[in-house]
Amino acid sequence: MSENYRNNFLREVEEKVEEGHWVKMCMQCGVCAGSCPFGPHWAHPPQEIFMMIRAGKREEVLSSDSMWMCTSCYQCIVRCPRKLPITHIMHGLANYAYRLGLSPKKQPTQQFASMFWNNLAQAGRVNELKLSLGMYFKDGFAQGIKNAMAMQSVGLGMVKAKRLNPMELFAPHGVKDKSGFHAMLKKAREIEDRRKNLA
Amino acid sequence: MADMKVAAYICQGCGLGDRLDTKALAGVAKKEGKAAIVKEHEFLCNADGVKMIRDDIANEGVTHVMVGACSRRAKTEAFGFTDVCVSRANLREGVIWSQPETDEAQETTQEMAEDYIRMGCAEVKKMTLPAGDPAAVTERTLLVVGGGVSGMTAALEASRAGYQVVLVEKSGALGGWAAKLHKRTPGKSPYADPQETPVAAMVAAIEGDANIKVYLNAVTSKISGAPGRFEAEISTESGATTTEKAGGIVQATGFNLYDANNLPELGYGKSANVVDQAGLEALAKAAGGGAIKRPSDGGEVKRVVFVQCAGQRDDSGKHLPYCSGSCCLTSVKQAMYFKDANPDIDTVVIYQDLRMPGQGEDFYRSGQTKGVTFTKGKVSGVEAAGNQCKVSFQDLILNDQAQIDDADLVVLATGQVPVSGVDIDSKLKAEIAAAAGDNSLMEAYNASQQEGAVKPVSILNLTYRQGPDMPQLKYGFTDSHFICFPYETRRTGIYAAGPVRRPMDMAQAVEDATGATMKAIQAIENAGIGRAAHPRSGDLSYPIFRKEGCTQCKRCTVECPFGAIDEDEQRFPQFNQARCRRCGTCMGACPVRVISFENYSVETVGSQLKAVDVPDEFSEKPRILVLACENDAYPALDMAAMNRNVYSAFVRVIPVRCLGSVNTIWINDALSNGYDGVMMMGCKHGDDYQCHFVKGSELANIRMSKIGDTLKNMSLEEERVSTFEVAITDIERVPQLINDYAALIQKIGMSPMKGF
Repeated sequence: MSENYRNNFLREVEEKVEEGHWVKMCMQCGVCAGSCPFGPHWAHPPQEIFMMIRAGKREEVLSSDSMWMCTSCYQCIVRCPRKLPITHIMHGLANYAYRLGLSPKKQPTQQFASMFWNNLAQAGRVNELKLSLGMYFKDGFAQGIKNAMAMQSVGLGMVKAKRLNPMELFAPHGVKDKSGFHAMLKKAREIEDRRKNLA
Repeated sequence: MADMKVAAYICQGCGLGDRLDTKALAGVAKKEGKAAIVKEHEFLCNADGVKMIRDDIANEGVTHVMVGACSRRAKTEAFGFTDVCVSRANLREGVIWSQPETDEAQETTQEMAEDYIRMGCAEVKKMTLPAGDPAAVTERTLLVVGGGVSGMTAALEASRAGYQVVLVEKSGALGGWAAKLHKRTPGKSPYADPQETPVAAMVAAIEGDANIKVYLNAVTSKISGAPGRFEAEISTESGATTTEKAGGIVQATGFNLYDANNLPELGYGKSANVVDQAGLEALAKAAGGGAIKRPSDGGEVKRVVFVQCAGQRDDSGKHLPYCSGSCCLTSVKQAMYFKDANPDIDTVVIYQDLRMPGQGEDFYRSGQTKGVTFTKGKVSGVEAAGNQCKVSFQDLILNDQAQIDDADLVVLATGQVPVSGVDIDSKLKAEIAAAAGDNSLMEAYNASQQEGAVKPVSILNLTYRQGPDMPQLKYGFTDSHFICFPYETRRTGIYAAGPVRRPMDMAQAVEDATGATMKAIQAIENAGIGRAAHPRSGDLSYPIFRKEGCTQCKRCTVECPFGAIDEDEQRFPQFNQARCRRCGTCMGACPVRVISFENYSVETVGSQLKAVDVPDEFSEKPRILVLACENDAYPALDMAAMNRNVYSAFVRVIPVRCLGSVNTIWINDALSNGYDGVMMMGCKHGDDYQCHFVKGSELANIRMSKIGDTLKNMSLEEERVSTFEVAITDIERVPQLINDYAALIQKIGMSPMKGF
C-alpha cells in the first residue's frame, strides 16, 4: 500500500512536531511563499512543505534544508489568512528532523544552532568569544585563520570599546548554580521527549 | 381632459436664481412655451412651493405642469403629481451644475436653460395622463413548476404570504434532487457537519397546507395568458388534464447532473468503483449511516479520491465550460461521510480551485480538521485495476506527476445542467455566431433539426408567439441579469428560481426561491391594478397601437424582448399589456410609428428636439442632441453634475426609457432641424449586458449600424450619429465622451442642414 497522499505522515507531524497540528489547515494560497524574503533561495517554500507533508513525502521533507533557511522574520505568520504559526512550524520541523538525525549535515544554520546551544548549555550563558571563534574555525584551521584575520579590526575595536574580553577564552563566566541549570535542562528534555514520544 | 391648461414653474433655489436669469426663463415659458400660467418660486420643492402648484391645479384647472428645477430623478415625491401630466426641465444638474460658473460661460449657460424650458413645455403638451387599464384583473394564485427544494420553498413562502399555490411536479414525489441526498451541506451554524435534508419537513408542511394544491406525475402542457390571468393546462401521467388559473409563475425546474458517461477517461463506466456525486449519495443512503462498501465487491473502503471539476470548466468544447459552484461543498460533505464513520479512511479531494460559497469556508475548515486531504491538482486519468482504481494527476503545488494507485472509490464531481426546456433563440444565436465566423452553433442547430434527433421537450409550453419556453442566456440558463435583477426573466410574471437560473447549492436555492416568489407576488398584485413590473414598476402607461396605420411588418412582435406581443387572427400585433415592461422597444422598432404611450411617444421626444433653438451656421454654436437611457446614462450625467464635472454647453439631453425605444425618425428630425450631431447613450450589450430591458441597447445598436448609408445619402458624415455604451458609474467618462464628441463636431464642421 503506497503512502502517498495518506494521512500517516501528517499524523506523525501532528503528534511530534511543535505546532504540527496546524499543517492540515493550510489552504494552499501561497501567501507565505510569496511573502518570504528568502523565497527564491528555498528548495521548498512553506506552502510546498505543507503539501509535501500531506502528500506523505516523509524522507523529502525531513531531509530538506528548506526549514533551516527560515530567518524568523515572521512575515508569513503575519500574513497567513488561516493564521498558521508558520515560523514555529518550520522550526518545529527542523528540530524534529534533527532529533531523528535526518536533517542535512553541514547545513550552516543547523551548525550554528548546535554550536550556539552547546555553548549556552555549558555555563548557562553564551560565551560570545568562543562562539565566534567556533564559527571562524568550523570549516578547518586554515579557513579559520583567514576568517579571523578578515575580522581583526572589528575584534580589536570591540576589545578597545570593552565589548570583548579576551580573558573569557580561558576563564568563562556562567550562571551561579550550574548543576541546577543542567538538571533543569535535563528535566525539560525528558518532558519534551515524553510528550513527543521521542524517548 | 378636453381642455389643456399648461402651467410652468421655475425654481430659484439651489443657486438657480443666482446663476440664471429666471425672469427671462419665465418669458420663454410664456411666449414660446405658451404656458397659461408661469410662476417663479425661490424654493419650489418646499411645502409652500408645492402648495402653490397644488392650488393652481385645484383652482385654476391646470392639467399640464412643467417644472423647471432639478433633474427628474430628484424631488420625485414633491413633484410627483399623479393627477396631472408633469414634465421636468433639468436646470440644476443639466445646466448650472454641469457648466462652469464664469462670466464667459454665462451666455451659453442661459441659452441651455432656455432650451430646456422650451423642451419641457413642448414635451408636456404632447403628454396625456395614463388612464391605466380598467379591465385589469388578477388571480391571487402562484403556479410553481418543479417540486424540489426551490419549488417547495416557493410554494410555502407564497402560502405564508396568503396566496394560493398550484405546485406541479413531474415525478411521483416531491423533493427533487434533495430527496436523493443522504445528508445536505450545512445550512446552519456552526457549519461543521453534514445535516439532515429539509425534504421530509417541507413535504409534511406542504401536505398540511390547505393553500397548496400539488399535482404529482404532472406537467404543464399548455400555458396561455399574461400576468394576472395565466391559464395552465396540467396533464398528469394518467392522461387527465386540469386547467388551473394563476396570476404568476415560478419556474423551479432545477438541474440534472452532467452525464458522467461522457467521461470514460475518468473511468466512469469502466469500473463500478467510479461513481458520480449522485452515485455516492445512493451508496451512502443504502449504507444508512453505516460503513459505505466498495460497489464492485462489497469490500471495505480504505481510500476515497474525489475528482473535482470532472467534465466542468472545460475549454476543449467537449464538456461544460462553466463551474457549477456547489460540487466542492458536496465533495467535502461526502468525504465527511467517510471520515465521520472512520477517521482512518483516507480521503483526498483533488481540486483545481476550491469554491466554497456562503458559509462554506467554515465547512471547508471543518473538513480539514477532520483530516480530509485537499490537493491542488488536475486529474489526467482514472484506470480500473481489479477492485481498485489508479488515479493519475498533476500535483499543481509540487509540480509533480503523482499517482494514487489503490483508491477503493473514485467520486467524480460532475456539474449541474439546467432543466430549462427549449432554447427558443437557438437558430437566431446560430445565425449571429455564423455571421461572426463561428459555424459550430449552426452545425449543432442543423443536427438538432434532423429527423431522428432528440428534440428538447418544452417545460412551460407557453402559447406565446415567441416560443414555448423562456429565453436562455447561455448554456441553457434562463436569461436574467443575475446581479442587478436576478429573478426577472424575459417573460413578465414568470420568474426563475434555483439552478435553472444559474448553478447553485441548496442554501442559495432556498434564498433564490424566496426572492423569486416575492417578485412573483409583486407581479400578481401589479397585474391587478394594471401597473408595470420591474424596472418601470408602477408605470400605468402601456403601448397604444393605431391599427389603421399598421403594415403588419411584425418588427414589434419579433423585437419585443419580453414576448409581450402576439398576433391576432388577422395577423395584426396583439399587445398583452400585463406582459409589457414599458420599455418602448416596439415604439422604436415601428417604421410607421403607430405605437405610442400616453406619456411617452414619438411626439413627446420629437417635439422636444424640435423646440430647441438651433443657432445658424456662423454662430460657432453647434447643437448636439444626446438621447440618454434613463436607467444608466441619465443618472450618470446627473451624478457627473453633482461632482461638478463640466461638459460642453452645446448638448441638449433628452432621457429615453431605453435606447431600444429610439425611433429613427428622431435622428432624421434632429439632422434635418440642423443639429450637428446626435449622441446615443445606452447600456452595455452582449452576453454581459447591463440593459434593464435586456435587448434594448443591443437592438438600438443594430438599428443605428444601418444608418450610415442614409447619412451618406444626405451627404452627412457618419460620425454625426454615434452610439455609446455607458454605465451608471461612468461619472468621469460621460462628460469626457461629450467633450470629445463636441471637439469632433468642431473638427468636421457645422451641419450643412441648418436653416432649411
